[in-house]
Amino acid sequence: MTKHTLVALVEDKPGVLNQMASLFRRRGFNIESIAVGHSEVPHLSRTTIVVNGATTTVEQVRKQLDKLVDVVKVSDITDEEIISRELALIKVKTTAASRSEIIEIVDIFRANIVDVGANSVTIEVTGDEDKVNSLLKLLRGFGIKEITRTGCIAMTRGGTGPLPKEKKSPEAKEK
Amino acid sequence: MKLTGAQMVCESLVKEGVEVIFGILGGALLPLYDTLPHYPKLRHILVRHEQGAAHAAEGYARATGKVGVCLATSGPGASNLVTGIANAHLDSSPMVAITGQVARPFIGKDAFQEIDITGITQPITKHNYLVLDVASIPKTFKEAFHLARTGRPGPVLIDLPRDVQIDQAEFHYPSKVNLPSYKPTLEGHPAQIKKAAKLINESQRPIIIAGRGVIISTAYAELKELVEEAQIPVVTTLLGISCFPESHALSYGMIGMHGMAYANFAVDAADLIIAIGMRFDDRATAKVSAFAPHARVIHIDIDPAEIGKNVRVDVPIVGDAKAVLQKLNKQVATGQHLDWVQQLDDWRREHPSLVIRDTDQLLPQYVIRQIYEATKGEAIIVTGVGQNQMWAAQHYWYDKPNSFISSGGLGTMGFELPAAFGAKIGCPDRTVWCIAGDGGLQMTIQELATIVQEKAAVKIAIMDNGYLGMVRQWQELFYGKRYVATPVTGPDFVKIAEAYGLPGLLVKRKEDVIPAIKKAMAEAGPFLIDFKIEPEENVYPMVPPGAALSEVIEEPRKKAKAATDSAKLSVSNI
Repeated sequence: MTKHTLVALVEDKPGVLNQMASLFRRRGFNIESIAVGHSEVPHLSRTTIVVNGATTTVEQVRKQLDKLVDVVKVSDITDEEIISRELALIKVKTTAASRSEIIEIVDIFRANIVDVGANSVTIEVTGDEDKVNSLLKLLRGFGIKEITRTGCIAMTRGGTGPLPKEKKSPEAKEK
Repeated sequence: MKLTGAQMVCESLVKEGVEVIFGILGGALLPLYDTLPHYPKLRHILVRHEQGAAHAAEGYARATGKVGVCLATSGPGASNLVTGIANAHLDSSPMVAITGQVARPFIGKDAFQEIDITGITQPITKHNYLVLDVASIPKTFKEAFHLARTGRPGPVLIDLPRDVQIDQAEFHYPSKVNLPSYKPTLEGHPAQIKKAAKLINESQRPIIIAGRGVIISTAYAELKELVEEAQIPVVTTLLGISCFPESHALSYGMIGMHGMAYANFAVDAADLIIAIGMRFDDRATAKVSAFAPHARVIHIDIDPAEIGKNVRVDVPIVGDAKAVLQKLNKQVATGQHLDWVQQLDDWRREHPSLVIRDTDQLLPQYVIRQIYEATKGEAIIVTGVGQNQMWAAQHYWYDKPNSFISSGGLGTMGFELPAAFGAKIGCPDRTVWCIAGDGGLQMTIQELATIVQEKAAVKIAIMDNGYLGMVRQWQELFYGKRYVATPVTGPDFVKIAEAYGLPGLLVKRKEDVIPAIKKAMAEAGPFLIDFKIEPEENVYPMVPPGAALSEVIEEPRKKAKAATDSAKLSVSNI
């Protein structure tokens, strides 16, 4: 079992996320995170999926994903040089005594305090999974009230990605 | 001029060359059905259950190579199609299923006869559509038929809300499809084909395993050229039957759980497997870790996801069987494998798998052989699932291309009658025999009414043993003969036939077999024969579940030997 990061360019249509998730569900995979948003191409979204699984099984799912009519392209970028980031919002209990210490930790991690309440602060942190986990570990002692994480988004380093950088619209191709 | 959604659907079907639709109407399809009579080119056949519509559409599709079309209303109509759609998905049959849906404002509100059919069929269709805008109907139909018939064929479902059928829009049927993400690879990579040719030219003990992909791409001549040029023996999968003439000297029949012993030995001993349009199903490979242990594997398949799925592959070639074989044949040297072919012939002589016991009992194998004799091998054989299917696969000799239609992947009992009906509708000039079991026939027996209504001359032979026979065979061999829930009381099938309006005959004795088959053949319309076969007859050869292909059990010649044979089997493998 290894952690795999898959990146897919998909049609921005209802049901596509369901179709993709279903291929993992059928094989009993728990998806660790899935993040979807618009891509540089109109009508196409880019998805980052992180799953734990045997390499051969993940490769089988990747091929099945590639067969979906609404999936334009999908790559397993686990072994590539990648940049991966996630964003987390963390609400931590504060007291007059602990507040300055928390602010110090936040500064070290280059995170931001985005909301301050009477007895809590909300911290926004961006980074790879390890960074987010390290910050959480340090904050745990103060008492964490709530966490929400976006899940990982990823991209390969350098000029060319595994996915077509620019995709001509079908109309343009016909002209 | 503006057309209604219902008119657009009919126009689209006509544009796609659809001639026959199998279906049942309902509230959500009333607008479409009201429009159908205005399109006389579209022959609608009312079936008796939506499962029958889907199987009939598949039988039609497989017999003709055209896209089969079935139609069902929302809710239960749509859900009744599901087994038939799944069957077409697993056996790669081109199909477009059209379902009615509740009107758009009611979707998602648990309205009367509402079901999320696009959600339900998502894993068993190649693609599906919920049409929310009347203007998108032409594009949707164009894409659906394109997807169904190209690449690896499969079923596509279109869900049509009632109010979309009534809405109006301009009708422009697109001349081509725009699916940037769907581009099946057809040609095969030249470097891989070169590698494959090299392996073939160097091999000493090559064997071709041909599957349904050969039939789908009509690569009959190309396969034959490869076989004869390089003198390579051929075996087939269950669904590969009739892709290569079985009376050819280099044909060694079917492999797998009930394959010919010598075919399984050949795969086991081969140094090169050339797999063409097949997917290494577990019933074909038996224990996969022991499959073809000495062989390198060339795998030609149009679906890249099949490569390396079950068996490791040395030379993958993604492409259409016909296109790839045309290129491959140019690079394969004229060859001979005299010792290897001799070895296979020796095995065939020493381990005959098709010898029928000389007895007065009414044996199913004998019945199938007599149907073969009476039809001179010219019929389309459509089978159920289980023992009847295996006997039909083994004892009829398939020389004519695409003459065997069976539910392989899903193993759907009840497929036989509606699929045989669909095949007969598609090929009215061919003789169609439906080989049924008494269990499976009772699952879709209502389609006898459809057969009579359409005067479809389907000949039905029931291998009636009073059991769910294949399961009983497993209980006999692996569950200490505890026949739990396998004895099945049948009705008087001849009376049933008469009640539906077709003639029938009961055959209990061996000497009545030939006259009964002749009588069925002489009849202009449909005919049913209930063959009361030897109840506990088993299918042999058999590779026990969990065993390797080489560990095949052949038909016990004596009762005493049968006992020791079954004692050898380990229940732990099941």
